[in-house]
This record gives sequence, C-alpha cells and structure tokens, in this order.
Amino acid sequence: MKRKFLAAPYVVWMLLFTLVPLFIVIYFAFTDSITGAFTLNNLVSITDYATIFLRSIWLSVAATLICLIIGYPVAYTIAQCKPKTQRILHMLIMLPMCMSFLLRTLAWVALLEDTGIINNIITSLGITPLPLIRNSGAVILGMVYNYLPYMILPLYTSISKQNPRLIEAAEDLGCNKVNVFRKVILPLSLPGITSGITMVFVPAVSTFYISQKLGSPGTILVGDVIESQFKGAYNPNLGAAMSLILMILIFICIGITNHFTKNTDEEVMMS
Amino acid sequence: MEFGGERVLDSINLDIEDKAFVTLLGPSGCGKTTTLRIIGGFQKPTSGDVLFDGSSIIDLPAYKRQINTVFQNYALFPHLDVYENIAFGLRISRLSEAEIDRRVTEMLASVSLRGFENRKITSLSGGQQQRVAIARALVNRPKVLLLDEPLGALDLRLRKDMQTELKKIQQEVGITFVYVTHDQEEALAMSDTVVVMDAGRIQQVGTPEDIYNEPVNAFVADFIGESNILDGTMPCDYKVRMFGREFECVDKGFAPNEPVDIVIRPEDIDIVPADQGLLCGTVTQVTFKGVHYDTIVDFRGFKWLIQTTDFCPEGSYIGIRINPEDIQVMHRSEYSGLYGDYSSYSAEYEELVEEETEEE
Repeated sequence: MKRKFLAAPYVVWMLLFTLVPLFIVIYFAFTDSITGAFTLNNLVSITDYATIFLRSIWLSVAATLICLIIGYPVAYTIAQCKPKTQRILHMLIMLPMCMSFLLRTLAWVALLEDTGIINNIITSLGITPLPLIRNSGAVILGMVYNYLPYMILPLYTSISKQNPRLIEAAEDLGCNKVNVFRKVILPLSLPGITSGITMVFVPAVSTFYISQKLGSPGTILVGDVIESQFKGAYNPNLGAAMSLILMILIFICIGITNHFTKNTDEEVMMS
Repeated sequence: MEFGGERVLDSINLDIEDKAFVTLLGPSGCGKTTTLRIIGGFQKPTSGDVLFDGSSIIDLPAYKRQINTVFQNYALFPHLDVYENIAFGLRISRLSEAEIDRRVTEMLASVSLRGFENRKITSLSGGQQQRVAIARALVNRPKVLLLDEPLGALDLRLRKDMQTELKKIQQEVGITFVYVTHDQEEALAMSDTVVVMDAGRIQQVGTPEDIYNEPVNAFVADFIGESNILDGTMPCDYKVRMFGREFECVDKGFAPNEPVDIVIRPEDIDIVPADQGLLCGTVTQVTFKGVHYDTIVDFRGFKWLIQTTDFCPEGSYIGIRINPEDIQVMHRSEYSGLYGDYSSYSAEYEELVEEETEEE
C-alpha cells in the first residue's frame, strides 16, 4: 500500500503529460485541420513522405550500428580498468552530455563547412576542399557524435557488472581470450546492447536539428518535417499523424531489436 | 606470493599425490584459496614454480591446464541452461554432438540431475547449482579437480550429504581432488591428506588422524578440534613436567628440560575421585552437549575443557588421569600461549568464532 502511495506523483505526472498528450496526438491525427471532422486523410497523405521516413530509419540505423561498433570496445576497455581509472573514464564519456546539444552540433558545422576549419587546413596544404557537409555522411556523423555516450554507458554497465569468476570459469573450461569473449562476455552483455541500441536509435530517428545543420534538403528527416508542420506549414494534424506513425515504427524497430538479441542469446546456446 | 607488497603465501612447498583427496585447511586469509588459484592458473606467484606430472606449468594459461575448478559460489553461466553449462567445456574442445550428449547425460545421471537439462541456472537451489558446478568440471575428465569451499553456501544438512557424495564421486572417477575449506570437520571427514595452513604458511601436512592426534604446534592443535594446550618442560625422553608434576608420555627427542607445549584432547581425560587424581581441580562450568558434557575444570588458575559422559556438578572437586599416549608434546612456536586456555569458554563463544570464519 505504501509503495503505491509513493508512486502516486509519477502516476499523476505520467497521466497528465504522457497519456493525455498521446490521446491529443491521436485525436489530431484523425481530424481535419480546418473542419475538425474525423478523417483518414492525414494518415493517407503520409505516403508522400515515405522516402523521408525510410531515410530517417536508414540513417539512424547506420548511426546506431556505428555507435555499437565504436562503443563496444570502448565500454569493454573501460570495464577492464582499475576502479579509479573507470570512474575518470566514465566521467569523460559523460562530459560531452553536459554541454548543449545545439552548441555541439554547431561546432561540427564550423569544422565541416566548405570554408570551415578542416577545409581551411586542407586548402592551405594545396588540396582541393572536400564536401564534408550537407550530405548523409555528415548527418550520420552528427548522430554518432551526439548519441555515442548513450550507447557506451549501458554497455559499460552490463560489462562491468559481470562476475569476474565467470570469465575464470570459462578459462578453466578451456576458453582462450577470444572464446571467453564470444561465449561469455558478449552473450552476458546482450541486455546492454539492447538498451544501447534503443537509447541511440530512438532519439536519432526522431531528431530534427542535426539534419538541418549538417544535412541538405536532400537529407531531410521525419523530425524536421514534423517540426515544420507545427512551426511552418501550420498543419499540426499532419504533424500529429506523422508523430503517431513514427512512434509505431519505433516500437516495431525496438521489437525487432529485442527479438534479434533474444535470438542471438539462443544461438549462443546452440552453437 | 605477494599482493600489493603484502606477503600472502610464504615458502609453500607441497607435494600432491595422484588420485588423492587433499584438503587445504585454514582460517580466512591463510592463503589456501590463493594456493588453489595458483594451481588453477588464475594467479601467477611472484616466485616459485608449479609442477604437474614432473613438468612446469607455471607459464601455461588456465585454459591449457588439465585441471578444472569448482568455484566458490559456483560461477555457473546464467545465460545457459543446465545442459549447456555442463556441455560448455566439451563444446570448446569441439567434440562431436553425439559424444557431448553422451557425456553430459552420463554426468547428469551421476550427479542426480536427470530431467533438469533445460532448467535455468537461476531456478536451481544451492545444492543443485553445486552439482551442476561439479558436473561441469568433471565432464571434461580433468586430471585434477580443484574445489574452492564448494559447500560453504549450503546449509548444514545438505553439506553433510554433499560431503559423502563428493568423497564417493572422487573414488569413482579416481582423480586428484584439491579441496579448500575452513571447516575442520569437513577436512577430517573427506581427506586422505590434510594441509593445515595459517598466515600464508603450511603448518602441518598429514592424514586426518595424524593431524588430530599428533599436531605439530599450538595452532594446529587448536584449529583442529578442541584442545587443552599447556606449558611444560621435557626433563628427559618419555617424561613431561607440567603443573609441578611429572607425567609419563610417549614422546622423545627433545632437549633436556626443553620448554614445550602439551596438548591434551578434552575427550582423553578421565575423571576420577580427587584422592586418585594426578591433578585435582574444581569444576566451574558444565554444559550439556548431547553426547557428552563440556566440563570446565580449574587447575590452579588454568582452565581445562574435559568432555565426559560422567556428570560432575559445578563446584565439585575432582581428580583427573591421563594415559601416556594421550599426551602430545610439541615444540614451542610463535603460537605458544595463544590458544588452549578455556578461561573465556562459553558454548556461545564457539558459535561466534565459527560464524566469523565463515565470512570470506
């Protein structure tokens, strides 16, 4: 009884600011922007934006995978350090998160611009400037840079809490370093992988600022379109419908991730 | 062997016979687990060597040694079921599926875990996890099995059952078991050889009978069972002097009038009427223990523990007799004077000590 009482503030909060808005979004998605009558037009017209949806998913999947590939070795290495070193490295990983997201993205603009810092250095060396900005690569870079800590932290947590005796047990049973990793460390870190993927993919797929600053009109993302529906085009109903579809797509993607990692779990048992 | 400049093992020199059940016994922090981890290959000694079948394995990593370990708290793989935990080592050595299945099934039967193949590790009781851990190690047919306090987490009843079972398994598979425990009863009940350790050093190596009957110093005498440890001197061979009296004994080879420690086990003391006693004292405390009474007797300020089936009421004045073969004479050591006086004895005190040693 006591516990229920303690959760009450959050329950109220969630009702007011999560569930109620969700229903408002659903309501808007199914109503006409002018008449306010029930309509499926908003959802139907989303098909016009299919390429943008696909692009958003593709770019954020790419960014998530890159985060995983970069983040896993980092998380693993930190987990092997002495506790004191671990604390320092952990703090360093967190440090960029303490700085404004907008500022960090703008800093990349200054670096990558055609007349930016990198291209200035390159031209002074007599090489023709590189097209570093206004393309998908730059958007992925921005996502990876901004969301990498969200991948490393859950991975680090899941690796560092592993019982070192399990690794010794694997060695005892004949595993060399590679097999210890493959048979014990990797499967035991799957929950960390799952939550890392979720924590990077979800904000990446709905981001809007990164693509505006680092991308081109050709790399516009769902988040940008949704933003413009509310701020520019004054069609909140279409924006709501897009948010709804995006949410459903995210749930599907998380479902696939969970299914995939669960499968790997079983595969490890089988192999 | 040193950790961070602190010496935890000092000149350990131990020969372990093939197919023997050897127990490393000692209090917490005596270095027994470290010794085991050196044999297993999980720790490298700062100096010294480990020989296996005559050749050095000091540079061999753990995974290449023909040794398997049953870890304290078992270290079973939580992401695998019972079957896959046991099959783990066999899969690593790439045996055929049929061979793996045959050996795992056989192993499951011998640890009485048939039907548990697909159970999750977390759904098993302590005793069952214990069996999986033993099966997982033995299925690889190691030449030596290391067991690090494998029964520490089990309740008393289960511990007794598993003791018998482990001994049986050891005799069946016919390999060397090196067993680490702080429980002296366990060590005496299971081992062919007991290695008593303290402060990073081997205090005594011997059969359980040797260790109990012929302890070499006050530490061993006190750690294994109950003992009255007394100051005395050896005027000549076969004679020992304590409490101002000379007793016959069976020990020899000490320097004339050498100061010695004398051990007398509480169950070896006969209570007789005061006028027939070699020593006489007053009963200060009696505790009923089921099989016997723990009787504390004050002999000139030094309190002895006597375990007897004869009830002597508190305050009674009694005499005692000791047979010559029940007097064990030991050289003095750094442990002299630390143990063996029952002045602070109480039944609860014993239990406190036991709980302390169990925390590791």
